Amino acid sequence: MWPAVALSLELATVTTCVLLLLGVPLAWALVRANSWWGEAVSALVALPIVLPPTVIGFYLLILLGPHGPLAPILAHFGLRTLAFSFPGLVIGSVIYSLPFMVQPVRNAFRELGPAPWEAALTLRARPLDAFFAVALPLAQGGIITGTILAFAHTLGEFGVVLMIGGDIPGRTEVLSIVIFNDVDTMQWGQAGVLAGGMALFSFAVVLVTFLAEKRMARLRA
Amino acid sequence: MSASMSIEARFAGTLGAFLLDVALDLSGTGITGLFGPSGCGKTTLLRCLAGLIRMPGGFLRVGDDIWQDGSVFLPPHKRQVGYVFQDARLFAHLSVRENLRFGLRRAHERRIGEADVIDILSLAPLLGRHPGKLSGGERQRVAIGRALLAQPRLMLMDEPLAALDRAAAHQILPKLREISAAFGVPVIHVAHDMAELERIADFLVLMRQDGRITASGPLEGMLTDLSLPIALRQEAAVVLALTSGDYDEEYGLTACVSPDLTLAIPGQLGPAGSAVRLRILASDVSLARERPQASSILNILPARILEAESPSGAHIRLVLGVGDAQVRLLCAITRKSWDTLGLRPGDAVFAQIKAVALAESR
Repeated sequence: MWPAVALSLELATVTTCVLLLLGVPLAWALVRANSWWGEAVSALVALPIVLPPTVIGFYLLILLGPHGPLAPILAHFGLRTLAFSFPGLVIGSVIYSLPFMVQPVRNAFRELGPAPWEAALTLRARPLDAFFAVALPLAQGGIITGTILAFAHTLGEFGVVLMIGGDIPGRTEVLSIVIFNDVDTMQWGQAGVLAGGMALFSFAVVLVTFLAEKRMARLRA
Repeated sequence: MSASMSIEARFAGTLGAFLLDVALDLSGTGITGLFGPSGCGKTTLLRCLAGLIRMPGGFLRVGDDIWQDGSVFLPPHKRQVGYVFQDARLFAHLSVRENLRFGLRRAHERRIGEADVIDILSLAPLLGRHPGKLSGGERQRVAIGRALLAQPRLMLMDEPLAALDRAAAHQILPKLREISAAFGVPVIHVAHDMAELERIADFLVLMRQDGRITASGPLEGMLTDLSLPIALRQEAAVVLALTSGDYDEEYGLTACVSPDLTLAIPGQLGPAGSAVRLRILASDVSLARERPQASSILNILPARILEAESPSGAHIRLVLGVGDAQVRLLCAITRKSWDTLGLRPGDAVFAQIKAVALAESR
């Protein structure tokens, strides 16, 4: 049970870090882009919300497998496949949780509008400087929300992980899979502990998010 | 500032729904008021000057530097402008002091000192506070200070007082003149309230609804040009630059003088010898053929009718010359009086000035 908890936490942490590096600039680009492709990319990013996880997992399996289009690139690094490995899990989780990071951050940037950004530019800030000194701190509420949601969402994922990672104890067997296996093998006690832990944790996450948002709103006023 | 600080701008084209066709030559000193109906492109012009919009084919020279010409386009952060937005746009996550230092830290020179700006704009009590805790007037004062500390060579003010109540606006207005005098930065000040510009502007640029410039020039001359719509407004006025003289303590009047005239103004207007700007509404000036003998009106000046609006309607507007015609007044009388007195351009008259307001009331 504990290796699975540790693996889940590790996966969620790594995925959230990757999403912060990837999702925040992406959200910014989507807000700044006024053309049709901005909408197209937005739709693509939101797709994991409506797609069945098994479908995402299926395509990822093909993409990252030994005969997938990425195989030559993987071979370059001496790898045959990323399927059934931790990096494979991270890639799957990043794609699966991307909308949960991008959506709140994009909303925060959109709500901010171009006003503070323009003010920073007229105050001698280069675009990158203006992004870090003004846009990022002012969108902080959305970034915190996105981080929490992405972390919690990754922690609880099942379908994608099962498809891309299989069920290798200690390597790709995460929490939700352990719960499934426990139920499958009639170990209701352990399943109950894990499920209860997840439920409590999720409640805490949502509560903290709401409290943080309320506090932000009060600071703004 | 030397003549080399002059500013030359040409912008012609459309930007979305906006049409702009503007050629501007500014001397690079004092405050230039940009006046026009809302939606005429005043803000668009400011944004072009700041580099926030790139108008294809535009041209902009500030001093000896080309900011835009053909393929040359300096991005906003490389232009030394100070932009004051109508909505202040202070950074909510930074204190007032950090807001003030935002541009200062990033500027390469130190012509305009932090202490001086804090002093002129009375910002000292606000430094530790956050923008969310400031009143509208305080916020705009911080925004002006922040823009100044970015060491601009050109200040762009986009209706900074439009969102403020009268009291807050009147507190900031005199500061704007102090700033342009103290730091020698030319200012382009957009307003849709002419009275605001009469109080502070040295030059005036009038824009039309279609994004073109109707006329531009020194404020005094523009205000007394009967061919311009501003002279035909209900509240048309002239602005006179005089020097305050002796204060009559018994009656509480200050004599304000220029080579051509002396006016008695209620109140003590600072130390003798200080420059005062007076505003006289056309509707507060009436005419008499003979010098009135027993009148309650203090300021009666011999004048000459220089120009008259072609008579139509109930009223007729005149331009009067006082002294060697260096000083011009606007005057509005009824057409009936004009005909009854048999007045004609060139006639000698006496101008009775009912009220003189100090333009820069503190």
